[in-house]
Amino acid sequence: MADVVIKSEHLSKSYLIGHQRSEGKRYVALRDVLARNARNLARKTRDMVTGRAVLQGDEVEEFWALKDINFEVKEGEVLGIIGRNGAGKSTLLKVLSRITEPTEGRVTIRGRVASLLEVGTGFHPELTGRENIYLNGSILGMGRAEIRRKFDEIVAFAEVERFLDTPVKRYSSGMYVRLAFAVAAHLEPEILVVDEVLAVGDAEFQKKCLGKMSEVSRQGRTVLFVSHNMAAVRALATRGILLANGGIAGTGSIDQVITHYIGLGAQSSTVDFVAQRGRPTIVKVSVDQQALVSNNLDLKIFFSSPWPLKPPIGGVILRAASGENVWGSNGRFHERIDQGQGLCSGVIQCAARNLPLEPGDYVASIWLADWHQNYDEKIDVLSVRLGMSESNPQRPNGIGFLEWPAVWRAHSEDSVI
Amino acid sequence: MSDSRTLVIAPGLAERQYWRDLWRYRELFYVLAWRDVAVRYKQTIIGLAWALIQPLLTMVLFTVVFGKVAKLPSEGNAPYALLVYAGLLPWQLFSTSLTGASGSLIANSSLISKVYFPRLVVPTAAVAVAFVDFLVSFAILVGLMIWYAWLPGWQVVTLPLFVVMAFLASLGPGLWITALNVKYRDFRYVIPFLVQFGLYASPVGFSSGIIPAQWRFWYSLNPTVGVIDGFRWALLGGESAIYMPGFLLSWGVIAFFLWLGIRQFRKMEKSFADLI
Repeated sequence: MADVVIKSEHLSKSYLIGHQRSEGKRYVALRDVLARNARNLARKTRDMVTGRAVLQGDEVEEFWALKDINFEVKEGEVLGIIGRNGAGKSTLLKVLSRITEPTEGRVTIRGRVASLLEVGTGFHPELTGRENIYLNGSILGMGRAEIRRKFDEIVAFAEVERFLDTPVKRYSSGMYVRLAFAVAAHLEPEILVVDEVLAVGDAEFQKKCLGKMSEVSRQGRTVLFVSHNMAAVRALATRGILLANGGIAGTGSIDQVITHYIGLGAQSSTVDFVAQRGRPTIVKVSVDQQALVSNNLDLKIFFSSPWPLKPPIGGVILRAASGENVWGSNGRFHERIDQGQGLCSGVIQCAARNLPLEPGDYVASIWLADWHQNYDEKIDVLSVRLGMSESNPQRPNGIGFLEWPAVWRAHSEDSVI
Repeated sequence: MSDSRTLVIAPGLAERQYWRDLWRYRELFYVLAWRDVAVRYKQTIIGLAWALIQPLLTMVLFTVVFGKVAKLPSEGNAPYALLVYAGLLPWQLFSTSLTGASGSLIANSSLISKVYFPRLVVPTAAVAVAFVDFLVSFAILVGLMIWYAWLPGWQVVTLPLFVVMAFLASLGPGLWITALNVKYRDFRYVIPFLVQFGLYASPVGFSSGIIPAQWRFWYSLNPTVGVIDGFRWALLGGESAIYMPGFLLSWGVIAFFLWLGIRQFRKMEKSFADLI
């Protein structure tokens, strides 16, 4: 029973990324640009003819998305994989489901691996429900005979009997989701990989997904589960792996790992990000640690954008260690403040006074937008320790998330006014 | 759990299991091919009519321009319309399968970035649509032969060989271009140009017999010359002789492009999921 089904040894994956060399000159001469382009063109042509990956820029750097990953998963285990954006979670799943090859190391897998895909991947809108069941089933790795055997079950689960011969483009979004999930749920692989699918769909559907997944694990199958939803991870997973910067930062029981994750970086009050060219991004986030002791949140979001944002809008969500969102705010909740020309870079400040929250560790997610469009989000990037100082680290635990005073009195029944 | 189901992922291993994997995923090939055909003919009347009208009108145009206006000779006493159509059939087979294969990876990008399977399945399945179109257009040929009361000779039984030749001719460049397309989307503009250019550069509207003898060998560097000559030989019987050195050269070019296409495709395949 306790067989090892996945064993990863020294697994690493690197990407090559191109950089534009800055030669330390104040201005760019046309001559240099021409020379550089000619050089690039020669290299690109060579790479193209020899079939190598072609890179932009003129300096190439190796970037390790995964570095020396070692872990084992036993049969029937539900493994939660958590970590910040860019920690390597998706790359790890991609390697495990063979979409991309590792650069070093090896993984041994026993049994069929199937991924619960983003709902509707591999559906064709022009085809009927019946045809799409066959199409999607084969894409997920089922044989035609297997699909034929489970066909009635799938249809019953999805509750689409009456619309089997209707093109799915005429389906309501609810029917679409149900059908897609029904096919995936009847896949019956030995190892199921689930990547953030719970982010889509309504609450009802998420519940159904979670139910199906715990059913799968009860049947003794192995589940790998990646999510930012700590409540869901805690509810489903038995063991956890915490990834940070491409390496394993912690393993153990899921509760330990989540606590570790929430506490990670509690000391750092500033996080920097790489600005992406071509779209507005968050470049830095900082929080005033001193103010947090008295439950005040002072947040600064530094951003840069290729075009002026009119106006730049920031947002924040605090998540408790147990995974639930407890509080959030963003500029669109409030009156619109126009700044004339708009800003291409700058700071968005957020000040929240006397947050009525229980003392403890929270994580903040940060979001950048303008009045009409969302641009960037950094999930769980900052640790926020509310109401606790070095000298007074422990305070009595309350119930729930709110710290809201109530007046209590006691007296005899006769004296009720 | 039996050891036959143990899978090892390590650098370079997928390379060695490649052809076995390809065989294992043949079901996916059938399903993807069936999907492309089903979608193509979903709006039945229009889909079918398109495959009929297009070659028919092109045939009429070419017969008038090359046969009547330019007064080019036919082969033996074969009617000019039949000569044109026997060239048009393989040309369309070649060009639609080339177009389908070269656009296939981009059209299936969501699959490629989310599911593992040997990527070679996608362009080869896309080619199947061209074959169904070919069968529809073939019905017109039968109609034309009845109209001209033309009975093909024993050579007609070799026709499947030339159909395969047309597929192989399109698959080589198709694989190469679809792989390049993943990184450089500008390669999609190459195909419409190539197809338009090739329609006149290949002996579709005229017999390859009118090419001056000293150029005929080099003309066969265009692999469709061999394919079209083969089709005409099979359909028009002894009236159209195959020029052997050129025919072999066409096969050589086809084999070279097929080797190049598969090699380049395999080389770039590993990075598809990262690039698309």
